[in-house]
Amino acid sequence: MRPMGATQEAYYRGVRMVPYDLVKELMLAMAGIGVVAVLFAAFLSSPDVAPVTIATWSQSDPIDFVTTATGELSGSTTSAGYGQPYNSTPDVAQSWGPISPQAWFGIRIPVDSANAFVIEPLQRASFSNTDLGTSLSTWQNASADQQAKWLDAYTTALADATVTDGKVAVAAGTYGPLPVMMSNLLGVAQSGGLDGLLVINGRFYQTDYTQPLLFMGDGGYLDSLATQANLTGDLWGMMNETGQYPGQTWLWLYTMWYQVPPFTSDTGFLGVNAGNADLVVIILMTALTIVLALVPFIPILRDIPRWLPIHRLIWRQYYRPRKSAPTRV
Amino acid sequence: MEVKATMSETTKPATTTAGESQSWTLRARQAVERNLPMDHLLPDRQPYYIGSWVYVFGVITIATLVWVIVSGVVLSFFGPQWWHDSNVGRFFNSLHYWSVQLFFVFMVLHLWGQYFMAGWRDGRAATWMIGVVIFGISILTAFTGYLSQQNFAAQFVALNAKDAMNGAGIGVFFNVLNFGQMYGLHVMLLPIGVTFLVVAHIVMVRARGVVKPIDAEGGARP
Repeated sequence: MRPMGATQEAYYRGVRMVPYDLVKELMLAMAGIGVVAVLFAAFLSSPDVAPVTIATWSQSDPIDFVTTATGELSGSTTSAGYGQPYNSTPDVAQSWGPISPQAWFGIRIPVDSANAFVIEPLQRASFSNTDLGTSLSTWQNASADQQAKWLDAYTTALADATVTDGKVAVAAGTYGPLPVMMSNLLGVAQSGGLDGLLVINGRFYQTDYTQPLLFMGDGGYLDSLATQANLTGDLWGMMNETGQYPGQTWLWLYTMWYQVPPFTSDTGFLGVNAGNADLVVIILMTALTIVLALVPFIPILRDIPRWLPIHRLIWRQYYRPRKSAPTRV
Repeated sequence: MEVKATMSETTKPATTTAGESQSWTLRARQAVERNLPMDHLLPDRQPYYIGSWVYVFGVITIATLVWVIVSGVVLSFFGPQWWHDSNVGRFFNSLHYWSVQLFFVFMVLHLWGQYFMAGWRDGRAATWMIGVVIFGISILTAFTGYLSQQNFAAQFVALNAKDAMNGAGIGVFFNVLNFGQMYGLHVMLLPIGVTFLVVAHIVMVRARGVVKPIDAEGGARP
């Protein structure tokens, strides 16, 4: 095999070579980009909207918080019925024909929403609270049927709940221990305690926010803030940023698929629909990336540059008609 | 005595003996010298047809990457919370943010430029393919950066992205709700990957030189 050094000598044989200072060009580029980036940073700053905490959520929208927590107990929230990798809800994993990697990999990040987000924090909070301890015992000793009746009644009542001094009040009814449990959970949340309880998990150092994020994602408060900030998926959210700043604009193609059929359709086409859009969009983007990498070997795609005259603009010096004998190569 | 023998080795001319030809070090050096002589790595002369702004996009992309890395190193030195509470930190975060935006602008311009020049011709397909891989890993690096911001955008992007990752079965290995994992990938593994591949990309460009214009004599068709 010919060494590349010799190959280059042969490749450029007969081509007119001119002085060119690559290092100077790089230094000038670094200086120029540095000036532009520093000016942008100094005058435009960067986006930084403070994160939502469970405390701010429960203080700003206590009814949404209590409704979400009640939903965790009844198993009606997104995280409670998510399926893999969090739990084992059947028939919810995305699939396209026989392809269902979500189901294949199983439960690898176990999340028991009712226990993790409601019961366990309340057990910790009941340490010096006998009323709460008694209510928790009543709840845990009740039959599943009885729990379901209390939950149904309480969930219905929450639709007309009112807030007084940050506390949620519902019309009188048969809710069992739920009002005491939810009142205490709301109090712990509003004090900021639940933010800590959901990330402790028996460890001191912690960098995994899976549980509090899933819990907040189950509620409507975070979503309403995201809608105001144009961050939701149906608003090209993945490539947007808070404020007037550019976001991940390079994700435009990925985000675009979520705005068009069949990825927005319930009925779909060739088994692709809104229900398995995440899976198929990832497959599609992977395939397109592979196609882009293999462009040099794909007829038509590799020929387009020769058909379009754009290269004649780029190399106009080379293609410029010459009066004298050609000395191009 | 061992020291003496070693010194005498270093003063020997480049010619090889039977024993030296077995030296992996010598063979590696000779391979580098054959394939990447210094006048190719840092040439002071180029073909006359490179006088186009399109050639500058690649160099500017490298320049923006340098600024991305420098600002990123400062941010990682002081930790992920620093820039939320400090004006200096906010400035370096802004520098990082705008450098990344410029990096992508010029990388995409470079990519389109190379496409319309069919830059993969004459044995340069691997250079193009590595460029596409760099583009993909850069997107992943920027994505983990957004997830590491520790602000509202990071929270909501993570919550939305988890469905895509879980739906495709990737979420079990790449948990976007796990800040520690995303931050580690963002400040170490992915930048090392981008930097390594960019160096490889540049070395490949320099080893073969820039491609000839389309349909030039002695050059391949796209």
